[in-house]
Amino acid sequence: MTEAPVAIAPDVFWIGALDPQLRVFDVILKTANGTTYNAYCVRGDMGVAIIDTVKAEYADTFFERLEQVARYDEISVIVLNHLEPDHTGALPELMRRAPNARLYISVKAQLMLKGLLKSEDLSYTPVDTGDTIDLGGRTLTFLNTPFLHWPDTQCTYLEEEALLFSGDVFGCHFCDGRLFNDRVGDFRFSFEYYYQHIMRPFREHVRAALGLIEPLDLRLIAPAHGPILRDGPRAYVQRYRQLAAPLLHNEAADRAKTLLIFYISSYGNTARMAQAVRDGAESIDGVRASLYDLQGGEVTPFVDLIEEADGIVFGSPTINGDAVKPIWDLLSSLAVVSIKDKLGAAFGSYGWTGEAVQMLEDRLRGLKLRVPVAGVRVKLIPTGEELARCHDFGRQLAEHLTGRISRRVIDMSELLKEPSHAQG
Amino acid sequence: MPKANVTFEDIGVTVTVPAGTRLIEISEKVGAGITYGCREGECATCMMKIVSGMENMSERSVLEDKVLQENMASRKHRLACQAQVLSGDIVVRPG
Repeated sequence: MTEAPVAIAPDVFWIGALDPQLRVFDVILKTANGTTYNAYCVRGDMGVAIIDTVKAEYADTFFERLEQVARYDEISVIVLNHLEPDHTGALPELMRRAPNARLYISVKAQLMLKGLLKSEDLSYTPVDTGDTIDLGGRTLTFLNTPFLHWPDTQCTYLEEEALLFSGDVFGCHFCDGRLFNDRVGDFRFSFEYYYQHIMRPFREHVRAALGLIEPLDLRLIAPAHGPILRDGPRAYVQRYRQLAAPLLHNEAADRAKTLLIFYISSYGNTARMAQAVRDGAESIDGVRASLYDLQGGEVTPFVDLIEEADGIVFGSPTINGDAVKPIWDLLSSLAVVSIKDKLGAAFGSYGWTGEAVQMLEDRLRGLKLRVPVAGVRVKLIPTGEELARCHDFGRQLAEHLTGRISRRVIDMSELLKEPSHAQG
Repeated sequence: MPKANVTFEDIGVTVTVPAGTRLIEISEKVGAGITYGCREGECATCMMKIVSGMENMSERSVLEDKVLQENMASRKHRLACQAQVLSGDIVVRPG
């Protein structure tokens, strides 16, 4: 069967590929009915532009469709809105077949292009918001929309058709050959699911991108995955605006920084420390500290809480030289939210060696949290003095959160005497 | 011995150090948020921003300069595993 291109606007064609059998995308996403790799062809009086390509396994289908709407020697422009391999798999072969084409990528895509094509000798034009290409009666304008969901991502707007080639933005994994949102099956769940797993960690960047997209006249949104949005495209833009708002209303936001203390305890020792940390934090005005026993909770709601929190603290015993699994489970589930620059800290009781606190602190730093106060470790049952240290630890965390901490000046020689980082 | 003062903005700590100390030696000890990968100036994991006092840092080596350029670093960025502090006041933060 011939793979036919699909006209989506005058002289604009979908030349992508359907992948109905895919069940897991990029390790992290389930795809219950597959996905599509959408690529497009725009014909102008002076040249032809190809917008994105497809996953390498689908290159034949892509070229079959392309050849029905353009000759290779007509192609003057290749635009890559996003360089992930599912959109650039056919790029090397396209560049070979269309030697007259100039490559247009975002500024941040340059290193990725070198990584993908494994060549230093590449010719391309980096573009930014407002840059345009005239295809002859057809004008492509670029919108730099970084981190949706890679540093390189951009959108390309075809002015004459009010058509936005949006890359992964407004996309979803849903495979239906009928292509248009008013003809395909019910893909609402896929649209939401895609946002929650792909765009959610970058919601500040989503808001910045919407600032560029919302003023546009929009008759059609042509994303890189899933249905082409021709019926009510603006509703999808509005939905992104809603999804990029904070998920939970924070009653205390105006008056308090939020500090979440998660703990798990074998014999009640780490639990007692956790209580003291909370009491210490609460002793500072302007902090709302909350205590959660991880044994009584599930990961997903805690992830939602953490997304909106200002600081997170983990209390763990050390069992066989490690922090305990429920804490690692939570810490390995934070990739769907932005936690960079939040305040982080750790504490815990231990029987033999007590490595958990340092391991958790290292993990928090690795996740790019600030870890300004060294954690408290207590051997087995905390004494009154040790609980007072926990209280003081909580107070210091609260002072950091509220910006009341007095800056410390220390000498390197003092640091060299200490086994780990300086006690606050 | 000449001294320099390095302030880690993310944790609000200033450390007085001997001239010639590499940032990595201080930041790991004090628990600042700069994270490390190869520790040999190749992976750029420890890229940090010099908020002020770049003139008080060692010059970029050829290797550091190459790695920073490859990672599209601005002129305010350095690798904490390579950069040494020389004198005066320096303020850094992760990233």
